[in-house]
Amino acid sequence: MKPSRFWPWFTLLLGASYFIIPLIATFEFSLRMRRGYYSFDAYLSVFSDPRFQATFGYSVVIGIFAIIVGVLIVVPAVYFVRLRLPWLRPFVEFLTLLPLIIPAIVLVYGYIRLYNSSSLIPFTGSALGTDVLLVFAYVTLALPYMYRAVDTGMRTIDVQTLTEAAQIMGANSATIIARVILPNVLVAVLSGAFLTFAIVIGEFTIASLLNRPAFGPYLQNIGANRAYEPAALAIISFIITWGAMGMINLLARFAPRTSARTD
Amino acid sequence: MDHRDKPGGDDRQGFWGTQVTMTDTTASPKARGKKRAISFEWLGVAPFIVFAIMFLILPTLYLIGAAFVDQQGNFTLDNIWGLGTPQIVAAYWISIRISAASAFIGALIGFAMALALIRGRLPGGVRSTVMTFSGVASNFAGVPLAFAFISTLGRLGLVTIILKTVFGFDIYKAGFNLLSFWGLTITYLYFQIPLMILIIAPAVDGLKKEWSEAAQTLGASPWQFWRYVGLPILWPSFLGTLSLLFANAFGAIATAYALTGSSLNIVPILLYAQIRGDALQNPGLGAALALGMIVITGFANVIYLVIASRAERWMK
Repeated sequence: MKPSRFWPWFTLLLGASYFIIPLIATFEFSLRMRRGYYSFDAYLSVFSDPRFQATFGYSVVIGIFAIIVGVLIVVPAVYFVRLRLPWLRPFVEFLTLLPLIIPAIVLVYGYIRLYNSSSLIPFTGSALGTDVLLVFAYVTLALPYMYRAVDTGMRTIDVQTLTEAAQIMGANSATIIARVILPNVLVAVLSGAFLTFAIVIGEFTIASLLNRPAFGPYLQNIGANRAYEPAALAIISFIITWGAMGMINLLARFAPRTSARTD
Repeated sequence: MDHRDKPGGDDRQGFWGTQVTMTDTTASPKARGKKRAISFEWLGVAPFIVFAIMFLILPTLYLIGAAFVDQQGNFTLDNIWGLGTPQIVAAYWISIRISAASAFIGALIGFAMALALIRGRLPGGVRSTVMTFSGVASNFAGVPLAFAFISTLGRLGLVTIILKTVFGFDIYKAGFNLLSFWGLTITYLYFQIPLMILIIAPAVDGLKKEWSEAAQTLGASPWQFWRYVGLPILWPSFLGTLSLLFANAFGAIATAYALTGSSLNIVPILLYAQIRGDALQNPGLGAALALGMIVITGFANVIYLVIASRAERWMK
C-alpha cells in the first residue's frame, strides 16, 4: 500500500501559491505606473532617484564594514575557543544567541541611551561616530549567523594539526589565523558575509532610530509617499536577497566535504 | 529581528538548541604553561568578549536598570506599574495575539509543508528548491515585505481586485483590512512559514525510515504510526520552534511600521514612537516597555532551548 503522492503535492502547491502570488502581484503592480499599459517606468523612476543611489550606496558601505568587523571579531574567537579554550564555548555560544533573544529595537534603544553625546563613549555625538555605531549594531545583528557559519566551517578542518604544522614551521598565531586558518574557512566566512549583507541591506529599525541615511529608512519613506515605486523596490529587494542566498548556495558547493573530525 | 537559518546548513546539532559538548581532542597538549601563548589566545578572544559586553550586555543591563529608576535617579517601581495603563496593556495584548497567531499558523503550515516535502517522496529537485526559497523568504522581511502585501491585498492589490471583479467578492466590504490583526498575521506568515520549514526539516529528516517500516511490519496504519511514533518524537521540536517563531514575530517592527505607520498599537511600534519622542515622554517608562519585551522574548527562547535540548535525544 503506497500512499499516494496527491496530498504532498497538494500541500506543497497550496503553500507555494501563498508565496508566489504576492510576488506576481507585486511585480504586476510595479508595472502599472503608466496608465493603460504595462511599463518599467516605476523602475526607471527608482533607479534615477539620486536618493536611491545615495542610500543604497551608503548601506552597501556600512554592510561591507559590518562584514569586515564581524570577521575580525568572530574568526579569532572561534579559532581560539576551538583550539585552546573549549571551556569558554558554552559562554560564547550563549553570547551569540543573545541577538536573537533581545529584539533589535531594544538593543538600539540601549545604544542611544548608553552612548549618547554626554556619555563616556559618545558614539551618537557625531555623524561619523553614529556610522561606526551602526556598523557595530549590524555586526551584533549578524553575530549569530556569522558565528554559526564560521564555527561550522572550522568543524570541517583539522584546526589542531594545521596549527601544529604551522607552528613547527615557525609561524606565530596571527600568521596562522591569517594565512592558514582563514583561507581554509573562506567559504564559510563568505557565506556568513552574504547572510550579513542580506540582513543589513534593507534594515530599517536601527538605521532609522540612529537617523542614518540608509536604504531601509529610504524604502519606508518611499512607501509612505509613492504608489508604484514601492512595488518596484520590493521586487528589487527580493532579487538582492535572492542573489545573496544564491551566492551562499553556490559557495556551499565549494565547501570542503571531508570532515577531519575534530569533534 | 528575524531569525534565520542558513539554507543548506548541514549539521543537525542545534544552533538554536544546546551546543555540542566538547569532549574532544582540541584540548591541546601544547597548552601546558606557556605564558606568552596563553596571553595570546586571550588576545584573540578578547575583541569578541569586549564587543559582546559593549553592544549586547551593557545596553541591555542599562535598560533593565533604567526601568527601575525615576528621572531623579532614585529607585522606583513606578515605571513597571506604568505598564498597567490601558494603552500599553492593549499594545502588549495585541502584540502577543499577533505573535501567537502567526507563530501557531506558521508552525502548522510550515510543518505540513516540511512533511510533504521530506516524507512525500517528491522528486529531489523540489526539496532543494523549496529550501532555497525558504532561505530567501525568511530573509525577505521588513519594509519590502509590507510593500509586497500592499500590492497583493491592499485596496488596489491584485488579489483584492481579482476577487472583486472576477468573483464579485469585496474583501474590504467583508471586513478585511490589511492594517489589522489578521492583515498583519497573514503578512508575518511570509517569513514565519519558511523559518518553520528551515528549522523543522532536520527534525523530520531524523525520523528514520526504519521506524515507519517497523511500524508497518507490525501492522500499524499510517495514522497509528503518526499517533504513536512520529508525532511524539517531533512534538518537542514542533513546540520549541513554535516559541522561537513567537519571539521572532514579537520583536519585529519594520514590516508593521511600513504597513500601518504608527496606527497599529503594537509594543515595538509603541517603543519606536517612545524612542522618537512622539509618545509617553518618559524615559523610565520606555525602559520598562523594553524590559517587558526582553522578558517575553527571553521567556519564549528559554522554552525553546529547554525543549530543543530534550528533542535532540532523537537527532543522533
